[in-house]
Amino acid sequence: MDLYEHQARDLFADHGIPVPAAETVDSPREAREAAERLGGRVVVKAQVKTGGRGKAGGVKIAADPAAAEVTARQILGMDIKGHTVRKVMVAQPVDIEAEFYVSYVLDRAAGTFLAIASAEGGMDIEEVAASRPEAVARIHVDSAEGVTAAKAAEIAAAAGLPPETAPVIRSLWQVLVREDALLVEVNPLVRTAGGEILALDGKVTLDDNARFRQARWGSDAQDPHGDPLEAAAAAKGLNYVKLDGEVGIIGNGAGLVMSTLDVVAGCGARPANFLDIGGGASAQVMADGLSVILSDPAVKSVFVNVFGGITACDAVADGIVQALESVRLTKPLVVRLDGNNAARGRAILDGRAHPLVQQATTMDDAARQAADLAN
Amino acid sequence: MAIFLSKESKVLVQGMTGSEGMKHTRRMLASGTDIVAGVNPRKAGHVIDFDVPQGASDLGGTPIAVPVFGTVRDAVEATGADVTVVFVPPPFAKAAVIEAADAGIGLAVVITEGIPVHDAVAFLAYAAARGTCVIGPNCPGLISPGQSNAGIIPADIATKPGRIGLVSKSGTLTYQLMYELRETGFSSAVGIGGDPVVGTTHIDCLAAFEEDPDTELIVLIGEIGGDAEERAAAYIADHVTKPVVGYIAGFTAPEGKTMGHAGAIVSGSSGTADAKKLALEAAGVRVGATPTETSRLVLARLAEAHG
Repeated sequence: MDLYEHQARDLFADHGIPVPAAETVDSPREAREAAERLGGRVVVKAQVKTGGRGKAGGVKIAADPAAAEVTARQILGMDIKGHTVRKVMVAQPVDIEAEFYVSYVLDRAAGTFLAIASAEGGMDIEEVAASRPEAVARIHVDSAEGVTAAKAAEIAAAAGLPPETAPVIRSLWQVLVREDALLVEVNPLVRTAGGEILALDGKVTLDDNARFRQARWGSDAQDPHGDPLEAAAAAKGLNYVKLDGEVGIIGNGAGLVMSTLDVVAGCGARPANFLDIGGGASAQVMADGLSVILSDPAVKSVFVNVFGGITACDAVADGIVQALESVRLTKPLVVRLDGNNAARGRAILDGRAHPLVQQATTMDDAARQAADLAN
Repeated sequence: MAIFLSKESKVLVQGMTGSEGMKHTRRMLASGTDIVAGVNPRKAGHVIDFDVPQGASDLGGTPIAVPVFGTVRDAVEATGADVTVVFVPPPFAKAAVIEAADAGIGLAVVITEGIPVHDAVAFLAYAAARGTCVIGPNCPGLISPGQSNAGIIPADIATKPGRIGLVSKSGTLTYQLMYELRETGFSSAVGIGGDPVVGTTHIDCLAAFEEDPDTELIVLIGEIGGDAEERAAAYIADHVTKPVVGYIAGFTAPEGKTMGHAGAIVSGSSGTADAKKLALEAAGVRVGATPTETSRLVLARLAEAHG
């Protein structure tokens, strides 16, 4: 789960990392009031979970509270790479003398966390890393030892950062560990004209698996502005992602569903969604999945692709038959059952003889049928 | 021979007395796994009788009794267990793996889904330092057909031992490919799991299959995310002499969330299915467009080898 900049800023502040004075608001009037409290001249920053908002006009300086109101009105509601701006952060401007980059990220290959730091922070850090890798220090952190004062000093020195950044480097590790984050990034970390070290902008990605022990990740941490079909699916506990095509997809297991999308695309049709109903594939889950997919007006055919492994195909077929009792099928359904008890499962569906249900014995054939029905 | 797991393996189950643990212990027993113990501190001293489903050979329909111990160390001392299968819930998984490593278990298969990454990083480092090999977390486990099955792979989809070695991130794609190639048979099939950090990697399995005299051809299944497949491709180019056939899922999957700048900096790869396919093909791996085409490539490659 990615956090908004203002949420990352609050986490940093909670762990003693200095951040600029700022308030987050969702109306132009509140932006003006915030600017009054913050001393008049402010930066108004769009809160969206995507990069490049500066170039899109989502970050602007306002000279006084009245200008802050006008600027907030321009930015609120703006679309930045498909993300609608619902909130802006109003922050005190900072006189920047130098920009640095510091992050901790999971290094999947090494199976541990990596500190990345550079004295050349700012918007072009990826370019710096690509063109002059020697300007970016990468140091692995032993998770059992963590980042001690000595380790923080080592990271700062390796990247050519001033020694006074070490406390922030150490505190940022505490954010990573205590908040169960997979990524914490400060870019830029700045030294102001007054010699202060401040975290000006940040990204934090939290580990959804740690929700059980992170009580304060309330529902407000969830993004409430997703796709309505995705929201309906999430409410039913389904692992559903809306896509742009016409063939609805239901399958069991993330790998098999991804493979199903590929095979459908290979037949010249576009998948309408990703939906993984997991290993059990009970009648209820099948019914919930079907009802979400059938409520998508873009869907022209539905492909149910189940491999009977732990759950045998006859049980899956029973689930589909029961689901057809509670969900009114409005679009053709192609079912491919393979694996354990596949013949028995197919016989159960044949016995039901629903006019809109047809079967195929292989994934490739079923994908072709579903694609033909949608085209 | 097979890799990592054979009929000599003595398997214990951590979390055996929970519902998933009970269900899958019964299935493992039915596929011939030598399960010698369960561990649950609150049920030490109990003996659990498992009615093994019909179809299991030479078990005569009598229940199999599995003793429960309070600690992994007690179980190892009493039974000589050398493999553990971990079903304990996410909040307790880290302690379970650390306990297994402390007891000197050689192979820990962690089935549990939803373990926090910080916990996985910690127990993987702890286990590695003590010589315990971890498969998973969030994986279906591994099977050496006809010998032993540690995890949740449904053994009855491919019961025949054979000469294909398979390594995969995905459970259901493992089952799909095993089913399609069931007549040819497998030496071992390993589901390494798709979590951001896992213990045993594609490369570890490639190395083991390369050494295994029973394995003639290797199937490698990957999916989008990370750069494990790219690294496996580099390893194949330098170290693997046996034929490898690949399959990658996720060409049309929605683009994943970007992880800030740090993700791109650290991996140096986009993690797309295209990048993985190209890397594998550059290493001489034939990559199938669908699971079915992949199994056809396997059969063709085996037919070539046998002229």
